[in-house]
This record gives sequence, structure tokens and C-alpha cells, in this order.
Amino acid sequence: MKIGTKAFGEIEIPEDYIIHIKEGLIGFEDIKEYVLLDAGKESPFKWLQSLKEPDLAFVAIPPTAFRLDYKLAVEERDLVAIGIEDPKEVTVLAICVIPHDDPSKMTANLQAPVIINSEKKIGKQVISTNQRHILRHYIIEEMETSFKKEAKEGGGQ
Amino acid sequence: MLVLARKRDQSIVIGDDVEVIIVDVHGDQVKLGITAPRHIPVHRKEIYEEIQRENIRAAQSKAEGLEKLDKMFKKR
Repeated sequence: MKIGTKAFGEIEIPEDYIIHIKEGLIGFEDIKEYVLLDAGKESPFKWLQSLKEPDLAFVAIPPTAFRLDYKLAVEERDLVAIGIEDPKEVTVLAICVIPHDDPSKMTANLQAPVIINSEKKIGKQVISTNQRHILRHYIIEEMETSFKKEAKEGGGQ
Repeated sequence: MLVLARKRDQSIVIGDDVEVIIVDVHGDQVKLGITAPRHIPVHRKEIYEEIQRENIRAAQSKAEGLEKLDKMFKKR
């Protein structure tokens, strides 16, 4: 099917790309159908694009792309809500804010990640139970710290 | 809205399985203890409002900014 997108204009997507976000994103409760698009071939970023509103799209990133130590912390009921039994099967995305004046100050929201059951195509924006997961994590800064730490500890492969 | 006066250690019951108890009152701050089944989410209202504002900011992000960031990531 053809859809209008914020980043790529009109594109063709397979119908099984559609993800149903339960209760919508917080503040966007009326919009429940999205598609997840890669931002670029080698980009870690994704677009969470509204199916019906071309102008509504969110940049998102898997938290582990900039924080090697990231561990999802959510209530079990949230996993149950999207039909996940094994937490390893969940796809996690942090919604990003890119300031217009300085993109390098981009932040990711780990306090309210979007969790997705990729098989069933159901997602939900949830609230992290880890209080160190805050609204604004500076991606570039934390990525540098995280990668340096990993190199020092020799945990990388 | 129903308004009830309660003292310390008194509680109110909502439905069959939610109880809110006044744990402590100190000046303009009230400490509440909430007992509810696990499937009922309990959050401070400000948290939802903050997330809502952040989502609205996120929706204003533009594709051009992202291209610049991708270059920074590729350097690694």
C-alpha cells in the first residue's frame, strides 16, 4: 500500500509493516497505527511514522545503539499488554528530539520507551521503572562515554 | 468531584481492590500509600504531562537534522 511519510514522501509499504500502538503515544492517543521505517541503510535511527498522517513521525533509536549497558526496566503488565512472554523478544525504541539549531544536542527519551512485539505488530509507550532512565539522554555524549567505558573494560569484541 | 476529609492513618477504598492510605501529613505535603493490583498503573500526574510535552517536541524533529547525526554515528 502507498502511504505519505514525513521523511521520504510517498512510499510503498507492505501491509504487514503496520504496527498497532496500544492507547497511542502519550499525548497522541487518537493515532494508533504506525509503520517503522529505517532512516537510512546504515543508520541506527528509525522513523515511527503515522500511517494516516504523513506529517506525524517520530525519530527513534534502539537504546543499545548509544548505551551499551542499557537494560529495559518495565512493569510485567506492560509486556503482557503487547503479548510478550520472554523479555528478550521485545523490540525497544527511545523517541528522540532533534533540536533545530543544534542536532548534536539530540536527546532520547528512556523514561518512556516504546516497546514492540515485532511478531504480533503491537506496541506501547510505557514508563520505565528505572529512575535513572530520564526524559532527555544526550545521545552523542552518552554514546562516547559508553563506548569508552566498554573499551576500557575490554568488554567489546 | 468527591471530596473527603481524612486524617493520618485513615484511608479510602476505591472499588474492590484499591486502597489509598494517608501515611503522613507535613505542612503542604501529603504522603500517600497506595495498594492496588499489579495491572493498575499508578503514576504521578506530572510524569505523564512531561512525557506528553516531550513527545510533542519529538514530533517537531526534522529529517535534515537526522542526516547530520548519521554522519557522526558513521565515524565510529
